Amino acid sequence: MAVAEDIKDRVAVEDARIPTVICDDVHIVYTVNGGGGGRGSATAALSRMVKKDKTGGASRGMRRVHAVKGVSFTAYRGEAIGLIGSNGSGKSTLLRAIAGLLPPESGRVYTDGQPSLLGVNAALMNDLTGERNVILGGLAMGMSREEVRERYEEIVDFSGINDKGDFISLPMRTYSSGMAARLRFSIAAAKDHDVLMIDEALATGDRQFQIRSEERIRELRKHAGTVFLVSHSIGSIRDTCDRVLWLERGELLMDGPTDEVVKAYQKESGR
Amino acid sequence: MSDTTLSPADLAAKHGLSVSGARPGLTAYIKQLWGRRHFILSFSSAKLTAQYSEAKLGQIWQVATPLLNALVYYFIFGVLMGTRKGIPNDVFIPFLVTGVFLFTFTQNSLMAGVRAISGNLGLVRALHFPRASLPVSFALQQLQQLLFSMIVLMIVVVASGFMPGMTWILIVPVLALQFVFNTGLALIFARLGAKTPDLAQLMPFIMRTWMYSSGVMFSITAVLHDKPSWLKHVLQVNPAAIYMDLARYALLDGYGGGSLPPHVWALAAGWAVVVGALGFVYFWKAEERYGRG
Repeated sequence: MAVAEDIKDRVAVEDARIPTVICDDVHIVYTVNGGGGGRGSATAALSRMVKKDKTGGASRGMRRVHAVKGVSFTAYRGEAIGLIGSNGSGKSTLLRAIAGLLPPESGRVYTDGQPSLLGVNAALMNDLTGERNVILGGLAMGMSREEVRERYEEIVDFSGINDKGDFISLPMRTYSSGMAARLRFSIAAAKDHDVLMIDEALATGDRQFQIRSEERIRELRKHAGTVFLVSHSIGSIRDTCDRVLWLERGELLMDGPTDEVVKAYQKESGR
Repeated sequence: MSDTTLSPADLAAKHGLSVSGARPGLTAYIKQLWGRRHFILSFSSAKLTAQYSEAKLGQIWQVATPLLNALVYYFIFGVLMGTRKGIPNDVFIPFLVTGVFLFTFTQNSLMAGVRAISGNLGLVRALHFPRASLPVSFALQQLQQLLFSMIVLMIVVVASGFMPGMTWILIVPVLALQFVFNTGLALIFARLGAKTPDLAQLMPFIMRTWMYSSGVMFSITAVLHDKPSWLKHVLQVNPAAIYMDLARYALLDGYGGGSLPPHVWALAAGWAVVVGALGFVYFWKAEERYGRG
């Protein structure tokens, strides 16, 4: 019958699709030092050390934050998946777990190849020149020396840092925040990835640079197997994603086609 | 069987997906680390350059800092307290400076190790690389720093009347072994410090105790001549003392050759290999857990 046909079709389609990321009941818990349990005074710390631990598992002075609670989904090759949810709903944390950067407390993340976060900020040093940061950032992302050398011109040109004079040979701390953001994005976007995760990287730089970076992201999407995009901008989610995961308080509320999920999300958040 | 009915684990196995963030085997890990050698090198020299980039004198501090350190110790221990017991006058200054520089090398590597992971959580949580890159990179930064100090040391030694001789070559294996030892320490303390960042507060006291008992500013054999001999032996096989005494032997025209413990080179190599290998394996064992919490 029609329903049976439909199910059969769907099974056939599922079979043809190649999974790239599988999350199986993933829980992520942060432990924060000195974050909780009364005041941060020395006496409070002492009494915590003396008193028996009541929080179970967490030791004195530590607080556990359950950031992602039992999320399961499968992503397939060729998909662009948006992650939406209010601030602190666990979107970025989930991305980090998929990238293998934050070990899950329980559950498993299976991936095809090495997913990478589009971001290199942490590897860069403000006291170094832009030039050295391009090299350092490239190496930190796992590019070889030759690759960095090859892409160097491209990165600097793309960032537009040198449009207004020779700024690339100045320390990065002398850059304006916009300039620094442009250079960071240019470095991060220089590498091709199997599974690419973008965490609100689009909102940097001036209008002209935003257009340029959106183009670059579309290009990266073509090369990448699967793209994840975290954004608060429903516009850019609609533009780039065909599937959306809606997270709220660490739980997966909805998983489905962009239109459906976005509609429900907007209804819920009253926009 | 169709994909929809498979459990996630079976589905992953069917398509050859691997667990994200799982710890690689030891040989695979070493290979990964070797693959990142350019990053490790560039990270350590970047840190070194960034260290003094705000100072007006800039990189001159690379040399000035160890020199000032040596001056302070000379003033306190040489002039005020007179710990030069049993050491000829012209030997004391190069004796002290060698000790201070080499001990600082180990001390700074260890302290950098404590903060290698806990102080770079942003990096660990953002990018993928074998985490051992960080402590190794910090140990390497200290080695580069030491090479600057060595320039000062050579000048001090020559100014004290010791001309360069064949034994000077021995300083190369001494520093190489000490570097391996330091890297092992940095790896061990990187793992400990990742779990307990409080170590950064505690370690300076332990390091100071270690320094005062390693004969940085006095000769162990001369000071302990009336103490039980086992105490002397214990202090002498301490790795910091071994590397310092070998360096003095190399640079100061065979000074202290008589007071070196037996099998000193085997001890120096043994400490390096054991601590180096142990530190590496110990660090690797927790590879997948760095960055949490």
